[in-house]
Amino acid sequence: MSNSYPQPGAWDAYVARRSVIKGGAAVGAFAVGGSVLAACGGSDSFSGEIGSASGTLNIGSNASDPAPQAGLQAVVNAFPNADVDVVINTLDHNTYQENITTILQAQDDDVLAWFAGFRNKFFADQGLVGDISDVWENITGLGEGFKAASTASDGNQYFVPTSFYTWAINYSKKLWGENGYTEPTTSDELIGLAEQMMSDGVTPFAFANDGKWPIMGTFDALNLRLNGYDFHVDLMGGNGSWTDDRVRNVFTTWESLLPFHQEGANGRTWQEAATDVEEGRAGMYLLGTFAASNSEAFAADMDFFNVPEFDSAIGAGALDAPIDGFQMVASPTNEAAAKEMLLHMSTPLAQDAYLSEDPSVVASNSGANTSVYNDLQKKSSELASAATGISQFLDRDTIPDFAGACGDMFAEFIENPGGVDGMLADLEEKKVAIFADFNAG
Amino acid sequence: MVGVPTFLHVSLIWVPAICTFLLSFTNWNGFRFDNMEFVGLRNYKQLFTVFEKDLYEALLNNAWVLIFLFVVATPLGILVAYILDKNLRGTAVYQSVFYFPVVLSLAVVGFIWKSVIYSPRQGVLNVLLNRTEEGNQISWLGDSDQVITLVSDYGLSKNFLAIIAPMIWRHVGYIMVLYLAGLKAVDPSLREAAAIDGSNEWQSFKNVVFPSLKPVNIVILVITVIEALRVFDIIDVLNNPIGTDVLSILVTESILGESSNVGRGSAYGVMLLMLCFGFVVWYLRSTFREDDA
Repeated sequence: MSNSYPQPGAWDAYVARRSVIKGGAAVGAFAVGGSVLAACGGSDSFSGEIGSASGTLNIGSNASDPAPQAGLQAVVNAFPNADVDVVINTLDHNTYQENITTILQAQDDDVLAWFAGFRNKFFADQGLVGDISDVWENITGLGEGFKAASTASDGNQYFVPTSFYTWAINYSKKLWGENGYTEPTTSDELIGLAEQMMSDGVTPFAFANDGKWPIMGTFDALNLRLNGYDFHVDLMGGNGSWTDDRVRNVFTTWESLLPFHQEGANGRTWQEAATDVEEGRAGMYLLGTFAASNSEAFAADMDFFNVPEFDSAIGAGALDAPIDGFQMVASPTNEAAAKEMLLHMSTPLAQDAYLSEDPSVVASNSGANTSVYNDLQKKSSELASAATGISQFLDRDTIPDFAGACGDMFAEFIENPGGVDGMLADLEEKKVAIFADFNAG
Repeated sequence: MVGVPTFLHVSLIWVPAICTFLLSFTNWNGFRFDNMEFVGLRNYKQLFTVFEKDLYEALLNNAWVLIFLFVVATPLGILVAYILDKNLRGTAVYQSVFYFPVVLSLAVVGFIWKSVIYSPRQGVLNVLLNRTEEGNQISWLGDSDQVITLVSDYGLSKNFLAIIAPMIWRHVGYIMVLYLAGLKAVDPSLREAAAIDGSNEWQSFKNVVFPSLKPVNIVILVITVIEALRVFDIIDVLNNPIGTDVLSILVTESILGESSNVGRGSAYGVMLLMLCFGFVVWYLRSTFREDDA
């Protein structure tokens, strides 16, 4: 039970580095936003109890898929304060994310679904989301790591983590059982397994990149294995060069693995790739554990293992484990109710309610009922708690503008690996320009 | 009386256009005005030095759309309209069929082309071509190899050609309806006279019908150019795979979403504005010259 959250050390290290990286820029931005933040932080102090608020509370949500939508509804249904009228405003996942800045500035909703780490901190530093340190004073069961992932440059908290999932190599138990494959623990074993699969007529790795984000996970995994967690976080933070030999080495390794991957990934959706794994045409698939949501049959048949070690000096301790949760807008219409709801969302009561509808993620609260976890959730939870470093996934770990440039470059690379040097030089040039704009803004 | 339309036109078109122009000289993340920083021509310089591949690819792709709509889609739309104007049996059915793509919602268009037609394993095309096996599939939307190469990295990529197909599919119906309306207004005695003079079908279209439809032809020309310049939606619903950027995609990518780069996005927007402007100036000049003559 106590293992159901990531190790504090990993999160602390993660956020400590982030603060250093963003510190310089944040101070300038914060000086301007300070008055706004002060206004919402102190004026309406939070009692720490759920029950005194009333009125209407608006929650903005990107949970447009059936399971997460039902999950959020269950959380709201379990809210112990019946005096508050809760309205959930759901937008399509992509629309919500593309319009998040407009949604934040309109301030129509009090509480908004969002992502931990860099993407929450950025808005906090801009004065667009509200300080909820007083809610955090009353939160129990969330480890230091989660608190660190919710803390902005000023040391206050702006986010309530509710759940997370992990990225790993997924496979079909049925196919593996029939062919007698076993989980590899080193890169040599992984390549040996891939060769075995080739001779069995199975494509070793399913591969898809529709939307230009799924293969970011492959880059993250290889960079974490070959260069380690600190190097990866630095690179995402705009420090370190993309023309560095160590980055080049990631692409050399990636290129050597490409023959084991499905061709034409840029024209395939992850759902199609997951179906290839499910139906035994492909042996493994590096993706978030949400791969299980592709079908009920696959959810029952899927298992996964951590990306194996590539360099014994680096180990296999670091992984992507994105955290989802909620933030409050800077000046909510109903601040008392918003804070009560955020406190509620951090509790085992709310998280159990959510997981009863959407079992594809793992609860953030250590008090959540892990006895109802399925095997995948248990394994995810164990994987994260054993991690020595946790990143959030490339498009959550760096400036969105730059994540887009990386997405383009990776997509180009898998089609034309021979041209990688030119692409990396180009990406480095873009990085310099994008980070300069970002730090000036 | 002209006050209201003038006010609307200025406030909804000229003010935003001028703002975009001004914003293209700034570095701004779109949050607070005091974050805005004047950077002169830097954004433009960056477009041509740092982001040049994106920009040239987009300009070229816009040009390809214009060429394909102009050379393939528009003539096809006119041809369909001309045939359907002949009161064939069931002409209403044919008209509906051709016009259908224009009416469909974009979500449906995206589903049809991405999941039904181009999907590597279950897609209609690969199934018909018997190319659904692992390693044998045609990646319609994912293959950015060039069909036509102009200079080293620039040309027409295979997947952009695959995206132009649904654009043509929609444009044909649109042009057909416009042209059909025009054809109904052609005086039948003109065609009879041409027939009596012994001209064949093609000659009577080329020498009689087409010239008498000059106002409609101009509308169609303008619509085709505008469609090609503002093309965005179909690329977006097909998830903008690698090699398929156009100007409006670059504008949206830079400005929408988090930590947006309003300055650079506006600079892309100004490039698009210049293209539209160039067309408008050319068009007005040629119209006035003809009127003078």
